[in-house]
Amino acid sequence: MAELTLVVNGRSQAVDVAPDTPLLWVLRDALGYTGTKYGCGMSQCGACTVHVEGVAARSCVTPVGTVDGKKITTIEGLSADRSHPLQQAWIAEQVPQCGYCQSGMLMSASALLAKKPRPTDADIDDALGGHICRCGTYQRIRRAVHRAAEGGGK
Amino acid sequence: MTTRRAFLKTGAAGGAALVVGFRFSIDALAQEAQEKKKPSPFDAWIHIDKSGTVTLITAKSEMGQGALTAMPMILAEELEVDWNGVRVEQAPTDPSIYDHGTGGSGSVAGSWLPLRQAGAAAREMLVRAAATAWNVEPATCRAEKGFIVHGPRRRRLAYGELVEAASKLPIPDFNKVPLKNPDDFHIVGQSIARTDIPSKVDGSARFGIDVRVPGLLYAVVARCPTFGGKAARFDATKAKAIAGVRHVLEIPAVGAGAHTAGGIAVVADSTWAAMQGRQALQIDWDHGPHASESSQTLRQASETIAAQPGKVVRNEGDAAATLVGAEQKVDAVYELPFQAHATMEPMNCTVDIRADRAEAWSPTQAPDWTRSAIAQVTGLPPPSINVHTTLMGGGFGRRYQADFVVEAAQVGKAVGAPVQLLWTREDDMRHDFYRPFAYHRLSGAVDAKGNAVAWHHRIVSTSIRSFWDPPDRVKPEASEIGGAVDLAYAVPNLRVEYAPVPSGVPVAWWRSVEASLNAFVVEGFIDELAAAAKADPLAFRQRLLAEPRMIKQPPDSESALDTRRFKGVLDLAAAKAGWGSPLPAGRGRGIACAFSFDSYVAEVAEVSVDKAGLPHVHRVVCAVDCGRAVNPDGVRAQVESAVVYGLSAALKGAITIAGGRAEQSNFHDFEVMRIQEMPVVEVHLVASTERPTGIGEPGLPPAAPAVANAIFAATGKRLRRLPILRV
Ligand code: FES
Ligand code: FES
Repeated sequence: MAELTLVVNGRSQAVDVAPDTPLLWVLRDALGYTGTKYGCGMSQCGACTVHVEGVAARSCVTPVGTVDGKKITTIEGLSADRSHPLQQAWIAEQVPQCGYCQSGMLMSASALLAKKPRPTDADIDDALGGHICRCGTYQRIRRAVHRAAEGGGK
Repeated sequence: MTTRRAFLKTGAAGGAALVVGFRFSIDALAQEAQEKKKPSPFDAWIHIDKSGTVTLITAKSEMGQGALTAMPMILAEELEVDWNGVRVEQAPTDPSIYDHGTGGSGSVAGSWLPLRQAGAAAREMLVRAAATAWNVEPATCRAEKGFIVHGPRRRRLAYGELVEAASKLPIPDFNKVPLKNPDDFHIVGQSIARTDIPSKVDGSARFGIDVRVPGLLYAVVARCPTFGGKAARFDATKAKAIAGVRHVLEIPAVGAGAHTAGGIAVVADSTWAAMQGRQALQIDWDHGPHASESSQTLRQASETIAAQPGKVVRNEGDAAATLVGAEQKVDAVYELPFQAHATMEPMNCTVDIRADRAEAWSPTQAPDWTRSAIAQVTGLPPPSINVHTTLMGGGFGRRYQADFVVEAAQVGKAVGAPVQLLWTREDDMRHDFYRPFAYHRLSGAVDAKGNAVAWHHRIVSTSIRSFWDPPDRVKPEASEIGGAVDLAYAVPNLRVEYAPVPSGVPVAWWRSVEASLNAFVVEGFIDELAAAAKADPLAFRQRLLAEPRMIKQPPDSESALDTRRFKGVLDLAAAKAGWGSPLPAGRGRGIACAFSFDSYVAEVAEVSVDKAGLPHVHRVVCAVDCGRAVNPDGVRAQVESAVVYGLSAALKGAITIAGGRAEQSNFHDFEVMRIQEMPVVEVHLVASTERPTGIGEPGLPPAAPAVANAIFAATGKRLRRLPILRV
């Protein structure tokens, strides 16, 4: 066990866990950020994606000890009021079905837009190719990313 | 269509309110059972209170299929209120009041007429209450936007003002209550934004796995990897040494009804600690009676079985004799592997079991089964068990089962604290109830004029009903022959047979059930006959559908296939896809059509194969006839989804068996479609005034055969075994 400090969505929080515990389970079980999902536990599906210092990371394979003191953003922190252009675009394109994969999709897509405000289809494939949506919402996801990039969230 | 009895019950919910309860009927068997017991449970209730708030309380659950948006649309239409003026509430699980269960693509299809009738009945009662208050003829009053309006005198009363009087009126007969003229629909048929979506973009949507209650413990179970095996002995010393691990206990397998594997449960303060504890267990497995089963042995056994006649499920003319003297004979063997559901949210259930009551949070398609499963494990009377149906991260048929509920109840009862039992992805892949393995043998004949004259189809599969039915009442073919026995194409000499192949692998309902297996075979083989006849695959099909027929097969089936509608979607898909127009070099087009859940879907796939032999699907054009589309964008989304699910099974993952166990364990070896492989999917709806029919599943069956037929068109290679990893 170790005393660590996580800065989640701007809030500094102390946790006492083994440093090799995946960040995913610390977020979900210890801190209550259940928007971040478990899908595979081995970096295959993207459901657990969060930002660490603005970069998309798979929290299921990120030992919490490696992010001590770092800034972490989860889906709950993407915006305070669903106002992120991607969230708006996701609603406009009616993307989610079951919705389980969408937190991860949104976190990877938002990291992409931060880096590349006008992504191409190939950029989208690169950024989201590691994600799985069993409901098959990929076509709408692609449309929604382009819509957000074009400032057409609404 | 609705054979259900109509019910209205007034003033039940305390205080003055108009309360209407009613049943949906999608299943004649369930209906019959219902007729015998009283009081009859209702599927849904409409509740209108004094403030005029309309609430639809329904036992159907939301899996992302949009049912909880489409259902209030239908109600609002008949009740003449704004669509967003209807609140939807998930019913508490109480089988004496509600009929639960979400599946069979039935939520909207089954509720269409009852919802309309119930809405119209409530509207009539409000009209009569207003007419009485004004002392005028009801015929001079009408409902409009939450008010009853008296035309001649231009006065109006809000629904809320009328509920008290209305609730005391006699109940109109559902079968006589006047329904709206569909030409006046202004909500049904509009694409309306799904109500569950906003919570799914900000992390606030709560799935089963997200349930958090004070003092919650987390559990995982080590199950024998071999189907039917169990722990011979285990040592928990090391597991208990892991920080956070609280309990290690053995839970027994539960057979018929739930089919759990049993195993060793590890309960801890966090999910991760439980997983670590499980890894530290030392277990000697007794691998049980199926340890030598493999995909290889299953294929061999199926081959042997398919060499003998099976049970004849359809027989017209004389297929055998026609085949003997045939101008051209085509023989083929098709094979499909087990498929995992692989819902994104793995199975889980949270329970809090006390001495005298229990509470459960379950992402389930069958809440009443959840309750009875908990009652069975705990011995608690069902009324003392409160089940909350949570959002589900995908269902696809997997969440009809109660195995994960039984395990949670076993563990929860033993530890006496709230427990969330979670399956890891590995558990999910290795202990699914898979889509059956199937092996089909076909012979067909084409005469000198290019007509299909004989069709002999022998189906062998690991039967779902053999796995689930009580041994004295098994009807092995019951969930295996749809989409084959009701062959839409007119072939004068037609014989379809079925035989089960024994297996220890658990099987059950996978999105679209047998339709996805049989469509691959039937639509592939009809393409083979077209090729033998040197005919265009579309024209060949159209000719066999030229004479309109209604096909009701097996004869006791509740659905009938209308070949006009079947041909209608084929024609539409072909037109929208530009069938016959030139394609870029190396690309081929394939077409396939299927009837399932009373809906018709045809798909045209455009595919190319690269130098390495990898197939690429560029475009899938779908034509859909699901009757009247209540929420057209919702229908399109479901079809897009089903196509992707079908393509995953066609081109990516399979469950193979070795040593009596599944060889796959996670998404690295059970691959599924990803965004970079996603074709353009276009969905075209047939404008229809027929009643709405299923839409969650029917888009799936044509996907695989359309792709295989396109590969044939592009390369000349006929592929009869799924998945097609390489051409
Ligand atoms: S749960 Fe982390 S990538 Fe799947
Ligand atoms: S929306 Fe269900 S898995 Fe993506």
